[in-house]
Amino acid sequence: MKLPDSLGHFGIYGGKYVPETLMGALKELEVIYAKARRDKNFKQELAYYLKEYAGRPTPLYFAKNLSHILGHVKIYLKREDLLHTGAHKINNTLGQALLTLRMGKKRVVAETGAGQHGVATATACALFGLDCFVYMGVKDIERQALNVYRMKLLGAIVVPVKSGSQTLKDAMSEAIRDWVTNVRTTNYIIGSVAGPHPYPMLVRDFQAVIGKEARSQILAVERRLPDYLVACVGGGSNSMGLFYPFYKDKKVKFIGVEAAGFGLNTSYYAATILRGSVGVLHGSKSKLLQDDDGQVKIAHSIAAGLDYPGVGPEHAYYKDTGRAEYFAVTDKEAVESFRFLSVTEGIIPALESAHAIAYLKKSSRKFKKGAVIIVCLSGRGDKDVQSLKSLK
Amino acid sequence: MNRIDSKFRELRKNRQKAFIAFLTAGYPGLAATEKLVLEFEKNGADIIELGVPFSDPIADGPVIQMSSYTALKKGVTLKKILDSVSRLRRRSAIPLIAMSYFNPILRYGLPRFIKDAVKAGLDAVIIPDLPPEEEKDFAKEALSAGLYVIRFIAPTTTLSRARSIARSARGFIYFVSLTGVTGARSSMPDGLRLQLSSVKKIAGPIPVCAGFGVSTPAQARFVSSMCDGVIVGSAIIKMISKYIGRPGLASSVGAFVKRLKG
Repeated sequence: MKLPDSLGHFGIYGGKYVPETLMGALKELEVIYAKARRDKNFKQELAYYLKEYAGRPTPLYFAKNLSHILGHVKIYLKREDLLHTGAHKINNTLGQALLTLRMGKKRVVAETGAGQHGVATATACALFGLDCFVYMGVKDIERQALNVYRMKLLGAIVVPVKSGSQTLKDAMSEAIRDWVTNVRTTNYIIGSVAGPHPYPMLVRDFQAVIGKEARSQILAVERRLPDYLVACVGGGSNSMGLFYPFYKDKKVKFIGVEAAGFGLNTSYYAATILRGSVGVLHGSKSKLLQDDDGQVKIAHSIAAGLDYPGVGPEHAYYKDTGRAEYFAVTDKEAVESFRFLSVTEGIIPALESAHAIAYLKKSSRKFKKGAVIIVCLSGRGDKDVQSLKSLK
Repeated sequence: MNRIDSKFRELRKNRQKAFIAFLTAGYPGLAATEKLVLEFEKNGADIIELGVPFSDPIADGPVIQMSSYTALKKGVTLKKILDSVSRLRRRSAIPLIAMSYFNPILRYGLPRFIKDAVKAGLDAVIIPDLPPEEEKDFAKEALSAGLYVIRFIAPTTTLSRARSIARSARGFIYFVSLTGVTGARSSMPDGLRLQLSSVKKIAGPIPVCAGFGVSTPAQARFVSSMCDGVIVGSAIIKMISKYIGRPGLASSVGAFVKRLKG
């Protein structure tokens, strides 16, 4: 079975739940993308920028100290944190910016939570001469001041979003409103495997470079496939990028780590897969944090990039079909792991990625002896240093 | 016969255009909404759209966002709105349409919603984030229960797509008069006349009503002169906001509706 199907469905999830005004633009994007993915020139051009500009391939680093501390497993870190702009987001924005050029559009809108996707979009737009408008909740603008400054330096206009929870969810709503208004001239560069079809598919495909590289790298070093893939899940782009190329390798277990915030037994978390139910938000059907009346709840995570009440439809599908398992770690555990990885490996992870590390740390006993585990280190922690400093 | 169809038949006979008034249900309160509906009917409104508040109204501008937010804060739910519809039905035969984003309906349960909506006396539902490609069974089941799902055509809809939408349209076609979100605009977009005449041709016997951005009596007259009716929302909500907490809310907003109907 092809995932997604021609209408963008992953089982019962996915699809296009958007105002009629956007249906034409989605179709256009589908057509342009279908052509591009078969076009040698497009593939070469994207590969060129990924290598020479973004810094791919990223290392698959054997974390010796971390493995030693956990005792009986071999942990490899897929170093997306070493990419230009500091996170995996650039893989996708370069691809989507090139598609924007092919559509002949000159203006781009994007949403951002942690600011990583905003920075990556602003970067790609600077590179390709596109006008860039990034929507960002005012709460996130406060906690990610460094990234706001970076986006401005890169020539983007950061539009503060004051409605609702003032985080990623509302930034995305506002970006969609802009897109509906300016759809003829504007392309929407979505940062996660969310939104209406074809976004979950195309963001996945652009991020799949993570898993493709990791697969050949681990085969070269270990001469076998890994036992586990571990990655954090907010909207779910870095995890999907790592997982997807291993989809048919049924023995490779996928583990997605969500944000438990203050704890799953409180009402402050962002664990959509674990605590959500079927719903429609921002253009697709997936799992959703919502109340009994179908109103979307406000998510909470210390990691702005995970602070979203929805999740990509393909993750919901992986969960229902059992292809992936999902767990959650708290803010506190993530912060501990932020420090833990810094001192053990000399790598300061993004708070988002620290969730994946925290899961390893607290669940290490469940892995069998000698297990080979690849963890996606989706971003670096420079952006979080300021806010964690004030936490202390 | 669905009340919307009889309404358009009556309007055609009298050579009139439909005036469709939008209200955010529960803004400023459900009792006020019910009172406003009756007042609007008295003042010439032909059809009422009741907006079901949603936490993330992506097709709405600031005015309807604000009214939805306020209504949600007051605890308004789809269930309570259907109860309001039931109460209104005892006193009025005006066609009532619920305008809701898909998620509150999905959460309510699709079969349960259809059953309760019909029982309450709702005539149609408008779901801005549900194109005809999705949830086809829902539209089918709603229709066979007597509940119309009103379809949109936008300025960006291609001709062939518009034709296929028109083929399955019931009640009327909601033409989105501009690319954008709901909310007042100082002028209507160029090319509206051309677009509407082409949509009218495609629609055949199905009435075409235009909404989004229409806020003044002059604009309402202008727009409905080119099609079968006009939908006004944000301008009415704005007027309500102005009169909240002051005497004469219903009569003042009712007078505005009378001018919009023209």
